[in-house]
Amino acid sequence: MSLISETEKLTTTAPEPSMATVGDYLALLKPRVMSLVVFTALVGLVIAPGQMHPVLAFTALLCIAVGAGAAGALNMWYDADIDALMQRTADRPIPAGRVTGGEALAFGITLSVGSVVVLGLFTNLLAAALLAFTIFFYAVVYTMWLKRSTSQNIVIGGAAGAFPPVVGWAAKTGGLDLDPVLLFLIIFFWTPPHFWALALFRAQEYARAGVPMLPVTAGEATTRTQILLYTILLAPLGVTPWLFGSAGPFYGAVSIAGGLMMLGFALRVWRPGPAEAASHAAGKRLFGFSILYLFVLFAALLCEQGLRGLGWMA
Amino acid sequence: MNETEPEGVVLTEEQKRRRRARSIAIGLALGALVLLFYVVTIVKLGPGVLNRPL
Repeated sequence: MSLISETEKLTTTAPEPSMATVGDYLALLKPRVMSLVVFTALVGLVIAPGQMHPVLAFTALLCIAVGAGAAGALNMWYDADIDALMQRTADRPIPAGRVTGGEALAFGITLSVGSVVVLGLFTNLLAAALLAFTIFFYAVVYTMWLKRSTSQNIVIGGAAGAFPPVVGWAAKTGGLDLDPVLLFLIIFFWTPPHFWALALFRAQEYARAGVPMLPVTAGEATTRTQILLYTILLAPLGVTPWLFGSAGPFYGAVSIAGGLMMLGFALRVWRPGPAEAASHAAGKRLFGFSILYLFVLFAALLCEQGLRGLGWMA
Repeated sequence: MNETEPEGVVLTEEQKRRRRARSIAIGLALGALVLLFYVVTIVKLGPGVLNRPL
Protein backbone atom coordinates (compact mmCIF):
# COMPACT_ATOMS: atom_id res chain seq x y z
CA MET A 1 0.00 0.00 0.00
CA SER A 2 2.67 2.38 1.01
CA LEU A 3 4.73 1.32 -2.01
CA ILE A 4 1.84 2.16 -4.31
CA SER A 5 1.34 5.60 -2.80
CA GLU A 6 5.09 6.26 -3.01
CA THR A 7 5.03 5.32 -6.67
CA GLU A 8 2.01 7.52 -7.31
CA LYS A 9 3.74 10.42 -5.60
CA LEU A 10 6.83 9.94 -7.70
CA THR A 11 4.96 9.78 -10.97
CA THR A 12 2.63 12.68 -10.24
CA THR A 13 5.29 15.10 -8.94
CA ALA A 14 8.00 14.31 -11.49
CA PRO A 15 8.88 17.55 -13.31
CA GLU A 16 8.06 17.86 -16.96
CA PRO A 17 11.13 17.23 -19.13
CA SER A 18 12.61 20.54 -20.17
CA MET A 19 11.71 21.90 -23.59
CA ALA A 20 14.21 24.75 -23.31
CA THR A 21 16.41 25.45 -26.30
CA VAL A 22 19.88 26.97 -26.18
CA GLY A 23 18.25 30.13 -27.54
CA ASP A 24 15.93 30.30 -24.52
CA TYR A 25 18.91 30.38 -22.18
CA LEU A 26 20.54 33.06 -24.33
CA ALA A 27 17.28 35.05 -24.19
CA LEU A 28 17.44 34.93 -20.36
CA LEU A 29 20.65 36.97 -20.65
CA LYS A 30 18.78 39.86 -22.35
CA PRO A 31 21.25 40.10 -25.25
CA ARG A 32 20.06 43.54 -26.42
CA VAL A 33 20.65 45.10 -23.00
CA MET A 34 23.92 43.18 -22.83
CA SER A 35 25.14 44.71 -26.10
CA LEU A 36 24.82 48.25 -24.68
CA VAL A 37 26.47 47.12 -21.43
CA VAL A 38 29.41 45.61 -23.33
CA PHE A 39 29.78 48.71 -25.48
CA THR A 40 29.78 51.19 -22.58
CA ALA A 41 32.11 48.95 -20.55
CA LEU A 42 34.44 48.72 -23.55
CA VAL A 43 34.57 52.52 -23.76
CA GLY A 44 35.28 52.81 -20.02
CA LEU A 45 38.08 50.30 -20.40
CA VAL A 46 39.59 51.80 -23.55
CA ILE A 47 39.68 55.43 -22.38
CA ALA A 48 41.18 54.50 -19.00
CA PRO A 49 44.90 55.32 -18.74
CA GLY A 50 47.55 52.61 -18.80
CA GLN A 51 48.02 49.37 -20.67
CA MET A 52 46.08 46.12 -20.54
CA HIS A 53 46.80 42.91 -22.41
CA PRO A 54 44.09 42.34 -25.05
CA VAL A 55 43.33 38.87 -23.66
CA LEU A 56 42.76 40.31 -20.18
CA ALA A 57 40.67 43.15 -21.62
CA PHE A 58 38.57 40.61 -23.54
CA THR A 59 38.15 38.50 -20.39
CA ALA A 60 37.12 41.54 -18.34
CA LEU A 61 34.49 42.48 -20.94
CA LEU A 62 33.28 38.87 -21.08
CA CYS A 63 32.85 38.86 -17.29
CA ILE A 64 30.97 42.17 -17.36
CA ALA A 65 28.74 40.85 -20.18
CA VAL A 66 28.03 37.58 -18.38
CA GLY A 67 27.41 39.42 -15.10
CA ALA A 68 24.92 41.73 -16.82
CA GLY A 69 23.28 38.70 -18.45
CA ALA A 70 23.06 36.94 -15.09
CA ALA A 71 21.30 39.97 -13.62
CA GLY A 72 18.89 39.80 -16.56
CA ALA A 73 18.17 36.11 -15.85
CA LEU A 74 17.49 36.87 -12.18
CA ASN A 75 15.21 39.72 -13.26
CA MET A 76 13.26 37.38 -15.55
CA TRP A 77 13.02 34.78 -12.77
CA TYR A 78 11.52 37.27 -10.32
CA ASP A 79 9.34 39.12 -12.84
CA ALA A 80 7.85 36.07 -14.61
CA ASP A 81 4.40 36.81 -13.16
CA ILE A 82 4.20 40.34 -14.54
CA ASP A 83 6.03 39.45 -17.75
CA ALA A 84 3.16 37.07 -18.51
CA LEU A 85 0.71 39.98 -18.39
CA MET A 86 2.51 42.25 -20.87
CA GLN A 87 2.52 41.71 -24.63
CA ARG A 88 6.15 42.86 -24.93
CA THR A 89 7.39 40.25 -22.46
CA ALA A 90 4.79 37.44 -22.56
CA ASP A 91 6.93 35.31 -24.90
CA ARG A 92 9.98 35.37 -22.63
CA PRO A 93 11.20 31.84 -21.80
CA ILE A 94 9.65 31.57 -18.30
CA PRO A 95 6.13 32.97 -18.91
CA ALA A 96 6.04 31.01 -22.18
CA GLY A 97 6.70 27.84 -20.16
CA ARG A 98 9.91 26.77 -21.90
CA VAL A 99 12.19 27.39 -18.88
CA THR A 100 11.14 26.92 -15.25
CA GLY A 101 11.70 29.61 -12.64
CA GLY A 102 14.10 27.33 -10.76
CA GLU A 103 16.20 26.74 -13.87
CA ALA A 104 16.44 30.49 -14.54
CA LEU A 105 17.33 31.20 -10.89
CA ALA A 106 20.08 28.56 -10.87
CA PHE A 107 21.38 29.84 -14.22
CA GLY A 108 21.43 33.46 -12.94
CA ILE A 109 23.13 32.69 -9.64
CA THR A 110 25.76 30.44 -11.26
CA LEU A 111 26.68 33.04 -13.86
CA SER A 112 26.66 35.87 -11.27
CA VAL A 113 29.10 34.08 -8.98
CA GLY A 114 31.23 32.84 -11.88
CA SER A 115 31.55 36.25 -13.56
CA VAL A 116 32.43 38.07 -10.32
CA VAL A 117 35.00 35.46 -9.20
CA VAL A 118 36.71 35.30 -12.60
CA LEU A 119 36.81 39.11 -12.92
CA GLY A 120 38.33 39.33 -9.42
CA LEU A 121 40.94 36.67 -10.13
CA PHE A 122 41.94 37.98 -13.56
CA THR A 123 41.79 41.76 -12.98
CA ASN A 124 41.30 43.19 -9.47
CA LEU A 125 39.02 43.14 -6.45
CA LEU A 126 37.59 46.63 -7.01
CA ALA A 127 36.26 45.68 -10.45
CA ALA A 128 34.82 42.43 -9.06
CA ALA A 129 33.17 44.26 -6.15
CA LEU A 130 31.66 46.84 -8.52
CA LEU A 131 30.32 44.07 -10.79
CA ALA A 132 28.85 42.22 -7.79
CA PHE A 133 27.21 45.45 -6.61
CA THR A 134 25.81 46.10 -10.10
CA ILE A 135 24.22 42.63 -10.24
CA PHE A 136 22.86 43.04 -6.69
CA PHE A 137 21.51 46.49 -7.46
CA TYR A 138 19.69 45.35 -10.61
CA ALA A 139 18.39 42.01 -9.33
CA VAL A 140 17.53 42.94 -5.74
CA VAL A 141 17.27 46.73 -5.32
CA TYR A 142 15.60 47.43 -8.69
CA THR A 143 13.77 44.21 -9.58
CA MET A 144 12.64 42.96 -6.17
CA TRP A 145 12.15 46.25 -4.39
CA LEU A 146 11.81 49.42 -6.48
CA LYS A 147 10.11 48.18 -9.64
CA ARG A 148 6.82 47.30 -8.01
CA SER A 149 6.83 49.88 -5.24
CA THR A 150 7.65 53.34 -6.61
CA SER A 151 7.27 55.41 -9.76
CA GLN A 152 10.91 56.42 -9.27
CA ASN A 153 11.87 52.77 -9.98
CA ILE A 154 13.81 53.40 -13.18
CA VAL A 155 15.37 56.63 -11.88
CA ILE A 156 17.15 54.90 -8.99
CA GLY A 157 17.39 51.56 -10.77
CA GLY A 158 19.13 53.34 -13.64
CA ALA A 159 22.30 53.22 -11.56
CA ALA A 160 22.63 49.53 -12.43
CA GLY A 161 22.83 50.36 -16.13
CA ALA A 162 25.27 53.19 -15.44
CA PHE A 163 27.91 51.08 -13.72
CA PRO A 164 29.44 49.10 -16.66
CA PRO A 165 31.84 51.85 -17.88
CA VAL A 166 32.95 52.31 -14.26
CA VAL A 167 33.60 48.55 -13.98
CA GLY A 168 35.51 48.64 -17.27
CA TRP A 169 37.65 51.54 -16.03
CA ALA A 170 38.30 49.83 -12.68
CA ALA A 171 39.23 46.54 -14.39
CA LYS A 172 42.04 48.32 -16.24
CA THR A 173 43.28 50.78 -13.60
CA GLY A 174 42.32 49.18 -10.29
CA GLY A 175 40.98 52.58 -9.17
CA LEU A 176 38.42 55.28 -9.97
CA ASP A 177 38.58 58.83 -11.29
CA LEU A 178 36.37 61.69 -12.42
CA ASP A 179 36.09 60.36 -16.00
CA PRO A 180 34.16 57.15 -15.20
CA VAL A 181 32.00 59.08 -12.74
CA LEU A 182 30.97 61.45 -15.56
CA LEU A 183 30.13 58.46 -17.79
CA PHE A 184 28.10 57.02 -14.91
CA LEU A 185 26.17 60.29 -14.53
CA ILE A 186 25.47 60.54 -18.27
CA ILE A 187 23.87 57.06 -18.36
CA PHE A 188 22.11 57.68 -15.04
CA PHE A 189 20.40 60.85 -16.28
CA TRP A 190 19.80 59.34 -19.72
CA THR A 191 17.77 56.46 -18.27
CA PRO A 192 14.60 58.35 -17.14
CA PRO A 193 13.83 60.10 -20.45
CA HIS A 194 14.68 56.88 -22.31
CA PHE A 195 12.41 54.59 -20.28
CA TRP A 196 9.61 57.09 -19.70
CA ALA A 197 9.43 57.68 -23.47
CA LEU A 198 8.83 53.91 -23.75
CA ALA A 199 6.43 53.90 -20.80
CA LEU A 200 4.32 56.62 -22.43
CA PHE A 201 3.25 54.29 -25.21
CA ARG A 202 3.26 51.15 -23.04
CA ALA A 203 1.39 52.67 -20.09
CA GLN A 204 -1.67 50.43 -20.44
CA GLU A 205 0.44 47.28 -20.31
CA TYR A 206 2.31 48.49 -17.23
CA ALA A 207 -1.01 49.38 -15.57
CA ARG A 208 -2.42 45.92 -16.31
CA ALA A 209 0.67 44.30 -14.78
CA GLY A 210 0.49 46.61 -11.75
CA VAL A 211 3.91 48.18 -12.36
CA PRO A 212 3.82 51.78 -11.04
CA MET A 213 5.58 53.45 -13.94
CA LEU A 214 5.31 57.23 -13.89
CA PRO A 215 2.65 57.54 -16.64
CA VAL A 216 0.51 55.06 -14.69
CA THR A 217 0.80 56.75 -11.30
CA ALA A 218 1.22 60.43 -12.17
CA GLY A 219 -0.32 60.61 -15.63
CA GLU A 220 1.00 61.49 -19.07
CA ALA A 221 1.33 65.25 -18.54
CA THR A 222 3.62 64.87 -15.51
CA THR A 223 5.68 62.24 -17.33
CA ARG A 224 6.16 64.51 -20.34
CA THR A 225 7.35 67.34 -18.05
CA GLN A 226 9.69 65.00 -16.16
CA ILE A 227 11.13 63.74 -19.46
CA LEU A 228 11.90 67.33 -20.45
CA LEU A 229 13.43 68.19 -17.06
CA TYR A 230 15.74 65.18 -17.08
CA THR A 231 16.74 65.93 -20.69
CA ILE A 232 17.58 69.52 -19.67
CA LEU A 233 19.95 68.02 -17.08
CA LEU A 234 21.26 65.37 -19.46
CA ALA A 235 22.18 67.61 -22.41
CA PRO A 236 24.85 69.70 -20.56
CA LEU A 237 25.96 66.66 -18.58
CA GLY A 238 26.73 64.94 -21.88
CA VAL A 239 29.21 67.72 -22.68
CA THR A 240 31.08 67.55 -19.35
CA PRO A 241 33.73 64.99 -20.43
CA TRP A 242 34.91 67.62 -22.94
CA LEU A 243 34.53 70.55 -20.48
CA PHE A 244 36.58 68.71 -17.83
CA GLY A 245 39.27 67.75 -20.33
CA SER A 246 38.53 64.02 -20.40
CA ALA A 247 37.49 64.19 -24.05
CA GLY A 248 38.53 66.23 -27.07
CA PRO A 249 36.78 68.75 -29.34
CA PHE A 250 35.31 66.04 -31.59
CA TYR A 251 33.43 64.60 -28.62
CA GLY A 252 32.51 68.15 -27.56
CA ALA A 253 30.91 68.89 -30.94
CA VAL A 254 29.09 65.53 -31.07
CA SER A 255 27.77 65.87 -27.52
CA ILE A 256 26.54 69.43 -28.07
CA ALA A 257 24.76 68.50 -31.31
CA GLY A 258 23.33 65.30 -29.80
CA GLY A 259 22.20 67.08 -26.63
CA LEU A 260 20.41 69.77 -28.66
CA MET A 261 18.65 67.09 -30.70
CA MET A 262 17.65 65.23 -27.52
CA LEU A 263 16.21 68.51 -26.22
CA GLY A 264 14.33 68.99 -29.49
CA PHE A 265 12.79 65.51 -29.28
CA ALA A 266 11.96 66.00 -25.58
CA LEU A 267 10.26 69.33 -26.36
CA ARG A 268 8.09 67.56 -28.94
CA VAL A 269 7.14 65.01 -26.28
CA TRP A 270 6.38 67.83 -23.82
CA ARG A 271 4.18 69.73 -26.30
CA PRO A 272 3.03 67.20 -28.89
CA GLY A 273 0.78 68.10 -31.77
CA PRO A 274 -2.82 66.78 -31.62
CA ALA A 275 -2.05 63.82 -33.88
CA GLU A 276 1.22 62.99 -32.07
CA ALA A 277 -0.40 62.94 -28.61
CA ALA A 278 -2.81 60.21 -29.67
CA SER A 279 -0.28 58.05 -31.51
CA HIS A 280 2.58 58.70 -29.06
CA ALA A 281 4.74 59.31 -32.13
CA ALA A 282 6.88 61.86 -30.29
CA GLY A 283 7.55 59.40 -27.45
CA LYS A 284 8.51 56.66 -29.90
CA ARG A 285 10.86 59.03 -31.73
CA LEU A 286 12.52 60.12 -28.48
CA PHE A 287 12.88 56.49 -27.36
CA GLY A 288 14.58 55.57 -30.64
CA PHE A 289 16.80 58.65 -30.72
CA SER A 290 17.85 58.27 -27.08
CA ILE A 291 19.50 54.92 -27.92
CA LEU A 292 21.31 56.51 -30.86
CA TYR A 293 22.35 59.49 -28.68
CA LEU A 294 24.01 57.34 -26.02
CA PHE A 295 25.65 55.12 -28.62
CA VAL A 296 27.05 58.11 -30.54
CA LEU A 297 28.42 59.78 -27.37
CA PHE A 298 30.33 56.66 -26.37
CA ALA A 299 31.36 55.92 -29.96
CA ALA A 300 32.84 59.45 -30.15
CA LEU A 301 34.94 58.74 -27.06
CA LEU A 302 36.10 55.49 -28.65
CA CYS A 303 36.96 57.24 -31.95
CA GLU A 304 38.99 59.92 -30.16
CA GLN A 305 40.93 57.28 -28.27
CA GLY A 306 41.59 55.47 -31.56
CA LEU A 307 42.85 58.69 -33.14
CA ARG A 308 45.13 59.29 -30.14
CA GLY A 309 46.45 55.75 -30.49
CA LEU A 310 47.32 56.46 -34.12
CA GLY A 311 49.00 59.70 -33.11
CA TRP A 312 46.49 61.79 -35.07
CA MET A 313 45.21 63.57 -31.99
CA ALA A 314 46.82 65.05 -28.90
CA MET B 1 7.24 -7.54 -10.69
CA ASN B 2 8.36 -5.99 -13.96
CA GLU B 3 4.78 -5.27 -15.00
CA THR B 4 4.15 -2.98 -12.01
CA GLU B 5 7.46 -1.14 -12.32
CA PRO B 6 6.93 2.45 -13.47
CA GLU B 7 8.54 3.29 -16.80
CA GLY B 8 9.82 6.63 -15.53
CA VAL B 9 10.12 9.71 -17.70
CA VAL B 10 10.17 8.91 -21.40
CA LEU B 11 11.47 11.75 -23.55
CA THR B 12 9.92 12.55 -26.90
CA GLU B 13 12.18 12.89 -29.93
CA GLU B 14 11.90 16.69 -29.71
CA GLN B 15 12.85 16.71 -26.03
CA LYS B 16 15.84 14.47 -26.77
CA ARG B 17 16.93 16.76 -29.60
CA ARG B 18 16.72 19.86 -27.38
CA ARG B 19 18.53 18.16 -24.51
CA ARG B 20 21.31 17.17 -26.89
CA ALA B 21 21.58 20.77 -28.13
CA ARG B 22 21.79 22.05 -24.53
CA SER B 23 24.44 19.45 -23.69
CA ILE B 24 26.54 20.44 -26.69
CA ALA B 25 26.24 24.13 -25.73
CA ILE B 26 27.37 23.40 -22.15
CA GLY B 27 30.28 21.32 -23.47
CA LEU B 28 31.37 24.08 -25.84
CA ALA B 29 31.10 26.71 -23.09
CA LEU B 30 33.21 24.61 -20.71
CA GLY B 31 35.77 23.95 -23.43
CA ALA B 32 35.98 27.67 -24.18
CA LEU B 33 36.47 28.38 -20.46
CA VAL B 34 39.31 25.85 -20.24
CA LEU B 35 41.00 27.48 -23.23
CA LEU B 36 40.45 30.97 -21.79
CA PHE B 37 41.88 30.03 -18.39
CA TYR B 38 44.90 28.46 -20.10
CA VAL B 39 45.59 31.54 -22.25
CA VAL B 40 45.06 33.97 -19.33
CA THR B 41 47.46 31.93 -17.19
CA ILE B 42 50.15 32.23 -19.88
CA VAL B 43 49.42 35.96 -20.28
CA LYS B 44 49.51 36.73 -16.55
CA LEU B 45 52.57 34.63 -15.74
CA GLY B 46 54.40 35.38 -18.99
CA PRO B 47 57.85 33.78 -19.14
CA GLY B 48 57.44 32.91 -15.45
CA VAL B 49 55.21 30.00 -16.47
CA LEU B 50 58.39 28.08 -17.31
CA ASN B 51 60.15 29.09 -14.10
CA ARG B 52 59.82 25.84 -12.17
CA PRO B 53 62.82 25.09 -9.97
CA LEU B 54 63.45 21.37 -9.87
